[in-house]
Amino acid sequence: MKRLLLSLLLLALPLSVSAAIDAYEFRDPVTEKRFQELTAELRCPKCQNNNIADSDSAIAADLRREVHRMLQAGATDQEIVDFMVDRYGEFVLYRPRVNQMTWLLWYGPFALLGVGVIVVLLVSRRRRRPQSAGGQAPLNGAEQERLNKLLQQDKDL
Amino acid sequence: MRRVLLFLPLVIFLGLGFFLWRGLSIDPTELPSARLNEPFPAFELASLTEPERLLTAQDLQGEPALVNVWATWCPTCKEEHAFLNLLAQEGVKIYGINYKDEPVKARAWLQRYRNPYVSTIDDQQGTLGLDLGVYGAPETYIIDAQGIIRYRHVGAVDERVWQHLQQVLAEIATEGQS
Repeated sequence: MKRLLLSLLLLALPLSVSAAIDAYEFRDPVTEKRFQELTAELRCPKCQNNNIADSDSAIAADLRREVHRMLQAGATDQEIVDFMVDRYGEFVLYRPRVNQMTWLLWYGPFALLGVGVIVVLLVSRRRRRPQSAGGQAPLNGAEQERLNKLLQQDKDL
Repeated sequence: MRRVLLFLPLVIFLGLGFFLWRGLSIDPTELPSARLNEPFPAFELASLTEPERLLTAQDLQGEPALVNVWATWCPTCKEEHAFLNLLAQEGVKIYGINYKDEPVKARAWLQRYRNPYVSTIDDQQGTLGLDLGVYGAPETYIIDAQGIIRYRHVGAVDERVWQHLQQVLAEIATEGQS
């Protein structure tokens, strides 16, 4: 029984671990690290929620090959990113550039936070003010009389 | 002032609702072409049907035309092929880019299903595809007489898509006259 179970469990072992692995040779470890960083930051145009490092699609493999080729040819990171944006648009950047189009995206959250802080401050100040002014303004004679009447009504019930 | 503030949640809700509703009709797989209104990228690749002949971007110029990216491994390309044949019969100029394919298979395909292309560029390595920003097949571009990319369609060309492509072609034609 135990043996059967064991063999069944062995069947479940993932024998073919097929992630996107291609054998690339690099000049030095620094280049290899740049390759990994670049492919992790470039988005696959076909399978849109993958970067090109993780994607198994043909286009991602092509783009990895291109990044590798450019790195080996001595291109800077900026040149490689520009190359990709030229062809596939801003879309391929997982970290969008800061420009007029993306100001809202980059600074919007901070602006909202600022608005939130202002609102909280205003609300808390408004709440505090009546107390610091020594409570409500005293009632005048007519109001006091009406209040007494109302209180009296409740008692009568 | 206070009264106005009471409507704030409603306004936020309506704004959010509008954006979510817009999101329903946006297809995230439809990327704008980064190459729009730019010249067709330079290339020098063999013709699929006449392998000894080299084609360049100049060969695509002269009059407005469609450039169709296809491959035998792409099922949707087979689907649209009949429609492309129809267009070619009507006299529409279509260039083909045989994208990352085996030339032998591709030639057999053209023989079997008829050849709608004026000429077909053999892009075995996908280098031209990369320069164009192709991320799958089929894709169809419209270029004008000067070889400027004017429109990109991702996916099969059918009757409905063709209506739209015709509009773009008509726009280009009126530009040429003025």
